[in-house]
Amino acid sequence: MTQPAVGAVTTETFPKLLLEHARVRGDKVAIREKDLGIWQSWTWKQAADEVRWLACGLAARGFKRGMNLAIIGDNRPRLYWSFAAAQSIGAVPVPLYQDAIAQEMQYVLDNAEIEVAIVEDQEQVDKLLELLPQCPRLKLIVYDDPRGMRHYTQPQLLPYGELRDIGREYDEAHPDFYPTELMAGKPDDVSVILYTSGTTSRPKGVCMTHRAFIDAARGDVGFDGFDDSDEILSYLPMAWVGDHLFSYGQALVAGFTVNCPESSDTVMTDLCEIGPTYYFAPPRVFENLLTQVMIRMEDASRLKRWLFDKFMAVARRCGAEIMDGKPVGPVNRILYSLGDVMVYGPLRNNLGMSRIRVAYTGGAAIGPDLYRFYRSLGINLKQLYGQTETAAYVCKQPNGESRLDTVGTPLPGVEIKIADKGEILVKSPGMLKEYYKAPEATAETITAEGYFRTGDAGFLDSDGHLKIIDRAKDVGKLNDGTMFAPQFLENKLKFFQFIKEAVCFGDGRDRVCAFLNIEMQAVGNWAERNGLPYTGYVDLAGKPEVYALLQECVDKVNADLAREESLAGSQIRRFLVLHKELDADDDELTRTRKVRRGYVAEKYAPLVDALYGGADHCEIETQVKFEDGRSGVIAADVKIRDVELVPPAEHRKAA
Amino acid sequence: MEHSRSLGEPILSMDEISLSFGGVNALSNVSLHVREHEILAIIGPNGAGKSSLLNVINGVYHPSKGTVTFKGATRAQMRPHEAASQGIARTFQNIALFKGMTVLDNIMTGRTLKMRAGFFWQCIYVGKARNEEIEHRHKVEEIIDFLQIQSIRKTPVGRLPYGLQKRVELGRALAAEPDLLLLDEPMAGMNIEEKEDMSRFVLDVNDEFGTTIVLIEHDMGVVMDLSDRVIVLDYGRKIGDGTPDEIRSNQDVIDAYLGVTH
Repeated sequence: MTQPAVGAVTTETFPKLLLEHARVRGDKVAIREKDLGIWQSWTWKQAADEVRWLACGLAARGFKRGMNLAIIGDNRPRLYWSFAAAQSIGAVPVPLYQDAIAQEMQYVLDNAEIEVAIVEDQEQVDKLLELLPQCPRLKLIVYDDPRGMRHYTQPQLLPYGELRDIGREYDEAHPDFYPTELMAGKPDDVSVILYTSGTTSRPKGVCMTHRAFIDAARGDVGFDGFDDSDEILSYLPMAWVGDHLFSYGQALVAGFTVNCPESSDTVMTDLCEIGPTYYFAPPRVFENLLTQVMIRMEDASRLKRWLFDKFMAVARRCGAEIMDGKPVGPVNRILYSLGDVMVYGPLRNNLGMSRIRVAYTGGAAIGPDLYRFYRSLGINLKQLYGQTETAAYVCKQPNGESRLDTVGTPLPGVEIKIADKGEILVKSPGMLKEYYKAPEATAETITAEGYFRTGDAGFLDSDGHLKIIDRAKDVGKLNDGTMFAPQFLENKLKFFQFIKEAVCFGDGRDRVCAFLNIEMQAVGNWAERNGLPYTGYVDLAGKPEVYALLQECVDKVNADLAREESLAGSQIRRFLVLHKELDADDDELTRTRKVRRGYVAEKYAPLVDALYGGADHCEIETQVKFEDGRSGVIAADVKIRDVELVPPAEHRKAA
Repeated sequence: MEHSRSLGEPILSMDEISLSFGGVNALSNVSLHVREHEILAIIGPNGAGKSSLLNVINGVYHPSKGTVTFKGATRAQMRPHEAASQGIARTFQNIALFKGMTVLDNIMTGRTLKMRAGFFWQCIYVGKARNEEIEHRHKVEEIIDFLQIQSIRKTPVGRLPYGLQKRVELGRALAAEPDLLLLDEPMAGMNIEEKEDMSRFVLDVNDEFGTTIVLIEHDMGVVMDLSDRVIVLDYGRKIGDGTPDEIRSNQDVIDAYLGVTH
């Protein structure tokens, strides 16, 4: 096989990076996947070959430079190779969210003019076949997993294995094709189009160049000192910038090993088996892990529970300080090391975090309890800040400077400017080239001086750390002029384990009211322990006992708010517990689980009216969409509760 | 997805089978054929003799009259494990798994009849016994993958919800790589989602492995959707035999089982 000469190998595009790894560490494991209960490995050399054959196969079927390749599925080695394969022949990979329903995919397929798609399995194939009449351009669908595909006869379908064999033959017949194509790639070519989840409007395709993404990944790798001995578990959606940066960009820059879980249900087990050294997850995942631990501890024997409570108290007192190398007294140190042997070590092992050097979270605010919990166990959990448009490369917390209320200091090469209304403007090496086929949107988002408008409101504090308050356009005012930052309130509410989602209203109104969603697992468990019978979600959400439970949470939030002068006026005055869980399938959340406040207010208008109208209950019927695309109706009588106002701090002192 | 399989020759024939317990006639003069690759449903009211019929097929009961021919060989008196080694596997109405053992181990037990190494060699786990175990484990992993139960591989069966236990039991039956699979009320007590999953698996088993399936089921929707042919029993007699559509319009069946219309 002809490889480009060593001197000619540069590392300015991802396919060239891949070749470089195949040359330098060819026999080291590049990627693993658990299949039939066994971890299968591919070395960098094998991965490079797979990519080469795949690229040749695609070319043999008429896929050319300048075209876009849709990639849909869970994290699989073959799908990661598809990125590199498309890039090496000058095409652009476009990953789609694998849990999106067919209609949602249609827009992206149309917008990106997709002719060829590589997908994981029957589920995704079915969605694409359903869209064939609307997307006549689509002419080749390659699938990885042949399960259930036996009776499909559509001419568009091709199994991955066959495509690879076609590629192998093509490569033998045209040995110069691949190296020539690969070397023709330029660093300023678009390397990937990532569609934003679209909190407000249609998804927009963010075009990133090789140079931008590689620079961002290099910056990250340099910042935390990753190298080829690191291991990660890739389980986040491949269409999310976080996963693309983490499992593709950084992996190809640092040369570390990417592990793909067996299925989305086995992530926890796989995490324990792999023991990654570097971990990245949105707060929601950390929260789920903690909830699981807490539920299991509640079922544990009395002695174990006692030990856990005692030592977690020690860890809360001094765990994070010990990790950050701050001065801690000898008694606490001894207690902590005892706890490490008896509780923290085994717990870390159970969470699959025994070997973690660095863990990051980002994308949403993280709760104080959550944050403290992981850090006190000796897990170096830090926050980062970034968007799809900046390759998630803006701010990171340096080791030892991890704080709850900030997202860290600007990364090397990043410039931050605060515009009027507190909006954060960013210039990052990982900046987008443009929005795909949307020059107006590009012009709107990038200022004349080349800054990207993040749309977030925030400020740099005296230590140079960036603090985020809310979305700039969401920050509103109550009728009496008090500042109202809905996301800030919602995050405070969501930090309670019983509250899954919260939606706050108040802009242009007299007072703040809130919708709450119960966290079914935690509240269900609580109900079980308290002998509270219930038939299902709707019933449980409407129980007076549950209302009382949530009222306690709201009271605590109000007490918190009362302590800060500027926010004391935005205390929550009335709330209700929604009869259904807010769901991305019903367009109430984005695919990354952010609340679409405006849409929710519109959809549940009768409830909002009832909140502000003073009624104490409201009957409502709601359309829901099930995972298979069918729809149904949930009806409920939703009760509304008033909440006592906590007097602002100075009043209490006076009393 | 359309369903295209070629139904073959009869794999199992029962000729004039009668079975009685003391004075009770559980089955009287029941004759039927099960053709290769088909899904045959047996329906009937409680006590109609459905489970007895399955028990005759896999050798638990011995008919007082009549013959059973499986894969061309008319059988004499036989024990259940002989039926198993001839390629008949089954699941039970009330789950019969080893509750304390993991899913993986439970499904491994389905491979017992295929193990060749002696007890001694298995105990010391070297050479042939070891290779054999690895081979069987591979087969079991394929079944785990097929039934999508990777996440509970190492969970003790007793801790699983009912619907998953049923799936594990199907897995154990599949581990024997049967030619004929008997399912006794595979969907009893399941919610709609679990029933849909189970139906999917029954069709997939039939499709991917070409396994012939005889199932007893009370959910008419499931029966009519899944099966190629339906046999109706009432008081130990066969009162209907035909495609789901034929059964739906068979007056005897409507009277006896689906309810008399007024």
